[in-house]
Amino acid sequence: MPLHTEELMLNMGPQHPSTHGVLRMVVTLDGENIVDVQPDIGYLHSSVEKMMEHRTYLQNIALVDRGMDYLAAMANEEVWVLAVERLGRIEVPERARYIRTIMLELQRISSHLLWLGTFGIDLGAFTAFLWCMRERERIMDLFESATGGRLHHVYFRIGGVYDDLPEGWTDRCAEFCDYLLDRLPEYDELLTGNPIFLARTRGVGVLPLERAVAMGASGPVARASGLAYDVRRAHPYEVYDRVQFDIPVRTEGDCYARYLVRLEEMRQSVRIIRQCLEQMPAGEIRSKVAVTLRLPKGEVYARTESPRGDLGIYLVSDGGERPYRVKIRAPAFSNLYALTEMMRGWKVADVIAILGSIDIVLSDVDR
Amino acid sequence: MADPQYLPRSQVLPLDRALEIIDALPGGGVILTKVEEVLNWGRAASVWPLTFGLACCAIEMMQAYATRFDLDRMGVIPRATPRQADCIIVAGRATIKIAPIVRRLWEQMPEPKYVISMGSCATCGGPFYYDNYSILKGIDQVIPVDVYVPGCPPRPEALIEGFLKLQDKIKKEPFLRRRIQAAAAAQAGG
Repeated sequence: MPLHTEELMLNMGPQHPSTHGVLRMVVTLDGENIVDVQPDIGYLHSSVEKMMEHRTYLQNIALVDRGMDYLAAMANEEVWVLAVERLGRIEVPERARYIRTIMLELQRISSHLLWLGTFGIDLGAFTAFLWCMRERERIMDLFESATGGRLHHVYFRIGGVYDDLPEGWTDRCAEFCDYLLDRLPEYDELLTGNPIFLARTRGVGVLPLERAVAMGASGPVARASGLAYDVRRAHPYEVYDRVQFDIPVRTEGDCYARYLVRLEEMRQSVRIIRQCLEQMPAGEIRSKVAVTLRLPKGEVYARTESPRGDLGIYLVSDGGERPYRVKIRAPAFSNLYALTEMMRGWKVADVIAILGSIDIVLSDVDR
Repeated sequence: MADPQYLPRSQVLPLDRALEIIDALPGGGVILTKVEEVLNWGRAASVWPLTFGLACCAIEMMQAYATRFDLDRMGVIPRATPRQADCIIVAGRATIKIAPIVRRLWEQMPEPKYVISMGSCATCGGPFYYDNYSILKGIDQVIPVDVYVPGCPPRPEALIEGFLKLQDKIKKEPFLRRRIQAAAAAQAGG
């Protein structure tokens, strides 16, 4: 005789240590099994798109740092200045493009390190958090000496970057690359072969390739499901067409594959930084652009590969000093959309592992 | 005269007059203050905050807990539930949607409780003050704030300074006197 069970609704968040911010999930359970998950977002909606219509193109650089994905401020600045430069047909000096690429890859490493640390905490490995934060502090030092800011840099400018790299910065950056490559095997020892970590991630939260595409997932989440797509390769910006790097792809689509993809991406980022440091020419870092910049009437879509995936900005200009309309295509929002697919059928204890593995930032989801 | 054992508590312990009696005793006030100092020394050295990150400042808050800055050495150990926390760090911008939840978390915390407002957004709305329809213009509209930490976002050192300021504040509090008054008020009300 089948056992009669009743469904239970469980509320997770908005204050929950592992929701990575202020996400609320309404989980419907049948015993221990997840029947349905409905994410409730909007707890961090900052009305950035509306605010951008009231600020000049230059002022908006400071706003996209804070209003969008705050773990990857450089990536936000990049997509914004890229959109403005494409619409205004503004040239960027070679040196600035190399500096930007280095900064973007450093930002990717720092974002992935923070993800790795918090994912470790979610699964009970506190040491991973402390180790990742140790490495991240070094990147913060690099950022601080070059840009003056630890988290929000406001370093990119329309037509270049704010200032040249300080003396000795490239040496310190190269030193950090060696340091990080030395440390990455430690994480392999700590997590990759750890039986508890494997039991909680391998085969858990599988997202098949066709569902990942249908849900609009991008970045490491899609690449872990077998989609060999990277905006840096498909639509190169800055100097990504001049450097050699691999796109790590896994086909399993589970939490463990997403972990492996991000770990490999850090190695590839180091590779890109090293090539950029070698190739970087001397010269100008900013072309002359008026402070009260007026863009021609028109519209443009710029897309970049942020640490979380395909980050795009759709910009409409009516010929004035301020944008007429800005639409942000946030990767974390689309990845969160695939969450329900990943969670259905798993146990309630896997909620944390699956949510942690997609690396959402609520500021990116809600904007 | 009745046996004091069988008298109601209010007649044995005249809480509403307790402070008066203590101050009238020779050296009573001094002893009370000394006991308070010892208690406050202990309380200040173990401020346990709630892990509640709203936005960007939460990342700097995590850095402050982690390797280089290590807030643990100040006795600051994060707790995951408001029932075990002494202090809430409002780290980041609070929206109108999250405001009632912050208020409820604060209400769930046991007395005595403190609030640190970390960053410009939590203090006054920060860069989201103008042209914005969704951000609360300062968390002090919802809960009372003890320490404001400026910055966008504040460095981990700034947060540590905020905790040191909070510890100074705790050390100066007339903790026992307040507790006796609160107990007297509760007794009179009950």
